[in-house]
Amino acid sequence: MIALSDYLILAAILFGLSVAGIFLNRKNVIILLMAIELMLLAVNMNFIAFSYFLGDTAGQVFVFFILTVAAAEAAIGLAILVVLFRNRQTINVQDLDTLKG
Amino acid sequence: MDFERFIFYVFAAILIFAAARVITVRNPVHAALHLVLAFFTCAGLWLLLEAEFLAITLVLVYVGAVMVLFLFVVMMLDINTSPLREGFIRYLPVGLGVAALIVMEMYLVVRARNFGADSVAIPARHPEGYSNVREIGSVLYTDYVYPFEIAAVILLVAIIAAIALTMRKRPETKSQNPAEQVAVKARERVRVVEMKAEKKQ
Repeated sequence: MIALSDYLILAAILFGLSVAGIFLNRKNVIILLMAIELMLLAVNMNFIAFSYFLGDTAGQVFVFFILTVAAAEAAIGLAILVVLFRNRQTINVQDLDTLKG
Repeated sequence: MDFERFIFYVFAAILIFAAARVITVRNPVHAALHLVLAFFTCAGLWLLLEAEFLAITLVLVYVGAVMVLFLFVVMMLDINTSPLREGFIRYLPVGLGVAALIVMEMYLVVRARNFGADSVAIPARHPEGYSNVREIGSVLYTDYVYPFEIAAVILLVAIIAAIALTMRKRPETKSQNPAEQVAVKARERVRVVEMKAEKKQ
């Protein structure tokens, strides 16, 4: 049988991979958004694993709300991306220096 | 090794492979498709954890809606990926180093000594006829009804924000204004000109 630690370690590896993805693709906004989705997936996996092993439905309800917020975030993020590309013809993070930050 | 453990390892391997491909492939379309694969395998793992409703929701909402949106945007933007890949090799060591550090730290917390089968007992499978959807629904519409309504409002705000962000008026497109069309009066359309009859020449 599979223990709780197996699921938690798998989620930790998934989270680590998405952190590495943010470092590696730091110029491509689309891949950055995908890495954020992967992070949320890892967190959701932790929630569901704890929910199953502790016998508490609250974890699954939490995942439900995280899915809702993540869908909203993806929709708005992609809308911003489309507007950005329309105005600047690029999605390179390096070129987005209008605010001189 | 029993069958359940075998399934878990196969799904975990596919999940890690797909996640690694998402962050390393050159083409964003391939990255999106590998992310779809990652979501599918994760849904399989959630089925193993008896979270059937959320597994189906993940496939429907993420693979069916969010990833299609991603693919749509990626294909619409027509990006030149070569300048976006600059610094990939340069940041590879530091990225992998930080990721390894995070995984190590998490492993020290969640390793089998703390959360193994000895510390957290593996629960018995639910009997036949048990409904995960009924279970979630019974708490979602009672204890969590207020957050549920707020989630609905968040989705509404997201819809309006996404449409408002991307809407624009192009000068070259021709469009009708129904309010103006309805409000028009007959005398604004037809002008009666009175004049004397002319003689035949």
